[in-house]
Amino acid sequence: MGMLKVLPLVLLMGSTAPAQSPTYGVGRTPSAEELRAADISIGSTGEELPPGRGTPKEGAQLYRAKGCAGCHGATGIEGRAPILKSKSGPAGSDVDIWKRERILPLRAPFATTVWDYINRAMPLNREGTLTADEVYALTAFLLNINGVIPEDKVLDAQSLPKVKMPIGERYARLPEWKPSTPRLKGYPY
Amino acid sequence: MIKGDKDNQIAYGNRSRFVTSVRIPHGGRASPDDFGLTFHVATPLQDSVGVITPSSLHYMGTTRGSFLPDIDPREHRLMIHGLVDRALTFTMEDLKRLPSVTRLHFIECAGNRTSSRAKTVQETHGMTSCAEWTGVLLSTLLKECGLKGGASWFVAEGAEEVKGASSMPIAKAMDDCIVAYGMNGEPVRPQQGFPLRLMVPGFEGIFHTKWLRRIKVVDRYYMNYNDFGHLHDDATVAALSYQIGPKSVITFPSGGQLLPGRGSYEISGLAWSGGGAIKKVEVSTDGGRRWNNAEIKGIAHRMAHTRFSYQWNWDGNETELQSRCTDELGSVQPSRAQVAKFFNKPLDASFSPPGLDNTIQPWKIDRDGSVTNGNA
Repeated sequence: MGMLKVLPLVLLMGSTAPAQSPTYGVGRTPSAEELRAADISIGSTGEELPPGRGTPKEGAQLYRAKGCAGCHGATGIEGRAPILKSKSGPAGSDVDIWKRERILPLRAPFATTVWDYINRAMPLNREGTLTADEVYALTAFLLNINGVIPEDKVLDAQSLPKVKMPIGERYARLPEWKPSTPRLKGYPY
Repeated sequence: MIKGDKDNQIAYGNRSRFVTSVRIPHGGRASPDDFGLTFHVATPLQDSVGVITPSSLHYMGTTRGSFLPDIDPREHRLMIHGLVDRALTFTMEDLKRLPSVTRLHFIECAGNRTSSRAKTVQETHGMTSCAEWTGVLLSTLLKECGLKGGASWFVAEGAEEVKGASSMPIAKAMDDCIVAYGMNGEPVRPQQGFPLRLMVPGFEGIFHTKWLRRIKVVDRYYMNYNDFGHLHDDATVAALSYQIGPKSVITFPSGGQLLPGRGSYEISGLAWSGGGAIKKVEVSTDGGRRWNNAEIKGIAHRMAHTRFSYQWNWDGNETELQSRCTDELGSVQPSRAQVAKFFNKPLDASFSPPGLDNTIQPWKIDRDGSVTNGNA
């Protein structure tokens, strides 16, 4: 291809500083309120967290009052639902985090994931009924029974993302995904 | 004679009462369980022909169990927002106005692992299925919204009670993901995500978000609950997640079946890969010493089950059947011994390949014609 043929394309690409425009014009722009209501994702920075606060002590009461204990057990290990407390003692004891059970409020790299999951998915059949304060309190309770935060810790939108989780940086990052590329060079396939 | 019955034979047809092939709970967990949650159920691959899994027999996986949401498609919306120029909400009607694609794709659960305890191919491999999917390319929708610079991941979220959400690379979204409303010639089944399912061809089943209601374009791995469940301490194992390697299995003869006597048999099986189309399938009828090229039936589609066969004359002696496939990237399905060596682990009955298990499945043929799991 000659230079002359390439040039208009380059100019065109260089001039697309404004946002690319829609091709089909199908779909509707959601309102700010619709977006706020739908966006329940809480990322690791906690930027989407709502105002509110809660402590482990308040969470312990809610754990009974909201029926959590009915499925997860009185202390988080006796129920039919997944266990919520490590059976090998609190974080910081001798057992390595990767040798423990896969428990969200213990092994998650970010405490925000605990908040996000309780908020979106619990209690079973009554999802979305907990207030922000209640989710902060239950998150605090579960982190406390696993030895991640002390009993007097107050969790809110500022302190929750700063909670230091026991796993730290000790988890593998995914390699960049590219189309038509094997996942692991040298693997026998 | 089968009499015409308005509901069962005329309005929506049934199969013959002599055909009894059914799905079974997978992994030793009841489905539904104590809470009424549905868990994994596996496809009867031993009875399959061709490459399409009938929708009623398509495997079903639910991460933490799920109540199937009963969604009115007129009320359903898909919202796309985050790092885009224009957030947009689509109705089902909107989506059907956009250019569509129809493609064959398998979905396979990451828990689809063979084991020494499993007896049938339904138990060893039944958590994979293949259907024809119709919908709009996710890239079409993302271009309609306009991706912002810095968009590197997206989070797809379902409308079920736990609102399952996973992080996926934006490169995959722009490559071949489909927002699917059609499955095998009719709307996607409720167990498969009615009215909308995100197809992520070649990725682990969990990423194929059912009851899709929201896509958030973001600039980092979002560490949703599902993402947390995928964490590994070993980078090698982590790298083997997401995209499924080349995999095949002989479905006839397979565990629990019986060869009535010596003579000619069509060995038949399925091959698939997350890396693209299947290029070659080989069958060994002597425990992996010699490999013979199998016939590929019809067209091998990308990230789709591919039917293969090999005509075999059984001499009545004890032997072992195996299959292995090669995909368009040139990747070859490994044996358990190869994987054990790679991870420097002893190869015994308890060995479980780290990451996704795409190892060769041996079927042992006894002198009496009975077929059993060669890994047992």
